[in-house]
Amino acid sequence: MNKKGFFGNWGGAYIPEILFQTFQELNHEFEVCKKDSSFWQEYIDLMSTYSCRPTPLTHATNLSRYFGGAQIYIKREDLNHTGAHKANNVMGQGLLIKRMGKKRVIAETGAGQHGMATATMAAKFGFDCTIYMGEEDVLRQRPNVFWMEKMGATVIPVTDGSRTLKDAINEAFRDWVTNVDNTHYALGTVCGPHPFPEMVAWFQSIIGMEAHEQILKQHGRMPARVYACVGGGSNAIGVFKRFIEEPDVELIGVEAGGHGLETGEHAARLCGTGASPGVAQGYKTMFLQDDDGQMLNTHSVAAGLDYVGVSPILTDLWEQGRVRFEAATDKEVMAALDLTMKKEGLIPALESSHAFVQAFKEAPLLSGDDAIIINMSGRGDKDIFTIAHAFNDPSWKEFIIDRAREYSR
Amino acid sequence: MQLEQQLRNRLQHKKILLMTHIVLGYPSFEANREVIAQMVHNGVDCIEMQIPFSEPMADGPVILKANQKALSRGTKVTESLAFGAEMAATYDIPFLYMTYYNIIFKYGEQAFMKECQRAGIQGLIVPDLPPEEGADYLHLARENGIAPIMIYAPTSPDERMQELDGHGAGFIYCAARRGVTGTKSEFGDEFNTYLERCQAATKLPLAVGFGIQDRNDVNALKGKADIAVIGSQTIKLVDEQGPSAVGPFIASLR
Ligand SMILES: Cc1ncc(COP(=O)(O)O)c(C=O)c1O
Repeated sequence: MNKKGFFGNWGGAYIPEILFQTFQELNHEFEVCKKDSSFWQEYIDLMSTYSCRPTPLTHATNLSRYFGGAQIYIKREDLNHTGAHKANNVMGQGLLIKRMGKKRVIAETGAGQHGMATATMAAKFGFDCTIYMGEEDVLRQRPNVFWMEKMGATVIPVTDGSRTLKDAINEAFRDWVTNVDNTHYALGTVCGPHPFPEMVAWFQSIIGMEAHEQILKQHGRMPARVYACVGGGSNAIGVFKRFIEEPDVELIGVEAGGHGLETGEHAARLCGTGASPGVAQGYKTMFLQDDDGQMLNTHSVAAGLDYVGVSPILTDLWEQGRVRFEAATDKEVMAALDLTMKKEGLIPALESSHAFVQAFKEAPLLSGDDAIIINMSGRGDKDIFTIAHAFNDPSWKEFIIDRAREYSR
Repeated sequence: MQLEQQLRNRLQHKKILLMTHIVLGYPSFEANREVIAQMVHNGVDCIEMQIPFSEPMADGPVILKANQKALSRGTKVTESLAFGAEMAATYDIPFLYMTYYNIIFKYGEQAFMKECQRAGIQGLIVPDLPPEEGADYLHLARENGIAPIMIYAPTSPDERMQELDGHGAGFIYCAARRGVTGTKSEFGDEFNTYLERCQAATKLPLAVGFGIQDRNDVNALKGKADIAVIGSQTIKLVDEQGPSAVGPFIASLR
């Protein structure tokens, strides 16, 4: 970082004055925690007793053999409590909230995984909890909505704008400026105003620290490449961060190609040509926007990748050429998901499956001595309705029809 | 500077000034024209024209919807600027733009300021641009004789208010409470203490906005603030009764 909160040309804190004081407090608390090694230890203890850290690194021997190239290793964030990497950030922010003495937590969510993790943390730490979720995402991630409500959170569907992640973020900010005295906004990804990108990256960096140690132990040396899907960018930065300083490790971020980049229906910010520099949602980055600066509608089969902006940290790494960006289409994602289930008995989330697509394209081109790591950011259970629909699964359909009949009696 | 002086001249004849808010292109530029005519003829002293943005983070439901509808009708920034120039040339009161920073950033800060200067726009309100991130903006505004309006909030500490005062010109916009635009504000003891802190921090005129709805609210501000800002209320009125209801409403406020 050069200027406060900036990564190269990107980031900053474009916040309304009402939040000035609360950001002062948050920045202060974060700085104190960063310097205090006992805070990090408390975080590690929590994550290893309440969640399943360290998560395993699985050698996918069947997929490796199938593609006949690099040895494929999968970092298992699906085994984190609540089923995704999102808990790493949320538990960390939960410890901060306790220190700041706030009693209420709010969050936005796209895929519902960040909302799930936040509702879980709020239940454990005894906070009131409100989750904002785009109406479209409420529909496509219904299982997560159910669990959030069961854990005592209020889930508010957002009906403005594109009714997806960015609109949920706007609404969470509106809540925050209204209830700033007792409320913390636990932003779910490495976006938004400083210190969120840096703070969320810090908590998520635990993924890469573990993977670094694990790959050395299991493979004997550094991987050739590391793959991660990119929505806001938190699981990507999380797994990349420790490897940035390893010059021979290539880092690949995979964005949502949706129906294909040529259709305009996608969320490819850094690998396409549709994005340009802008300032929204409190930070400066590459946004998918029109010439006037109005944000465009995005599309992805994966709610968690369906977002107009991207982390300022990743935009900086992209500009420096340190991270390569690719896109995977909805169709490719279903095929990769299908193959991973059949070959390895693993069910990656639709978001995570984007990383698998690109890794599968490149694995055959590498030698059998090379290793690659795919960050499996979450499990696919939440996507059961979307996946069953995409596979046009007859027995699932029958079940839903029967159940609906039963309920409508 | 120019805007401050114009407001002070008006304050010699009136106990409190009225500033109103419209969203450009909502419900249409035609309606905007009629609403502004009614406002000016019924004694409004200053008008902030919001250039619509797809992500109006600091706005409540009424203004948020107005932004979205203006955009879905295809409202462009260049049209908004042309309309603003027309109004500034037509009426002898100060006109300001309110918008979010991305609109100015994408247009080009320098080009935007030049455009405002040519059109006779007197000031800018940009709620998501704190001075820390706005060095170029502040410099270019002053160079073009446009007042960068600073915003105070009840949560702003005294030192912060003083710091903002050093960057601002024209007047200070005091958000009456926490939250977004639209909901009613209470003007009790806590509010009075806040306004005293505002007065102590700046010599600029004070405008108070967020949830001012009727004559009682405006009266409550007399002697404590210089400008009462009416935002969502007139937009609601136009939605419910059409542009012709605006004139009588404004006349009833004083
Ligand atoms: C499983 C999973 N992976 C990835 C993402 C995308 O977010 P990020 O890019 O911040 O990791 C999400 C977001 O909801 C998610 O739930």
